[in-house]
Amino acid sequence: MFIVILFLFSGMVIGFLLHKKVKVIKVSDKMSTWFIYVFLFLLGISVGSSEEIMNNFGKIGVQAFILTIGAISGSVLASFFIYKRFFKEKE
Amino acid sequence: MRKSFVMMIFFIIGIISGNKTVMGKLVSGVDLSIYALYILLFLVGIGIGADRRTWKIIRRANIKIFLIPISVIFGTLSIVGLLSFLIPDINYLESLAIGSGFGYYSLSSVLITQLKGQTLGVLALLSNITREILTLLLTPFLVKYFGKLAPIASGGATSMDTTLPIITKFTGKEYALISVFNGIILTLIVPFLITLILR
Repeated sequence: MFIVILFLFSGMVIGFLLHKKVKVIKVSDKMSTWFIYVFLFLLGISVGSSEEIMNNFGKIGVQAFILTIGAISGSVLASFFIYKRFFKEKE
Repeated sequence: MRKSFVMMIFFIIGIISGNKTVMGKLVSGVDLSIYALYILLFLVGIGIGADRRTWKIIRRANIKIFLIPISVIFGTLSIVGLLSFLIPDINYLESLAIGSGFGYYSLSSVLITQLKGQTLGVLALLSNITREILTLLLTPFLVKYFGKLAPIASGGATSMDTTLPIITKFTGKEYALISVFNGIILTLIVPFLITLILR
């Protein structure tokens, strides 16, 4: 699966080399946006056709919400510590 | 922000058109190919590499500024890991993988769907898009009670684009650069962490 990272980094190198070719960058940006649209549409279709997911959609939503609240509070508290310790005196 | 909205519309239209239809039966039989994922990551890489801010910020970065994405990773994963024990349907590693999206819902849901199937992919999508929406809504409150780094930490990977305008508005221009830096570092880390965790 680390081949995934290889694609990301080769993209970055090419992006860096081509960053002056505005047209190329714009096209690749548009492509990735549409790519995600199509992916989410297809994911939506599979989700809609899956009885298992549709019957549990509410439950999955609640679980997602709980995880998000946890993720945000953990990050915020950790950053609050960093803020007080290293950043605040600068103001 | 508009992009996120359009993405959700596509997802919802997909659900509606797939629910109990012939199209649903047809598409669900098709594997969302691994090659599609490679192409997506390649395109995402081009976007990051072509962004001048990436290289400028990496050159100017000091140790202190790295503490912010580190605290986001540490804070997110420790709480999300604990929460996995309260949610019977997902295990510890799956929970960590969802948290490792840091709000970057498009990439994290593609990756997680590919690695662990649709149910977890949908959970990752909903959880990470909620992270973005809640950050947009809570930024004023977070700044007031938890300091100027709080909305940046809450935004995670989105702090470089979708949540950047509101963060800048409530924390000031000097924090905009920190916000972009945090977003870029987390965006780069998302595919690493998810594949590492679910490998």
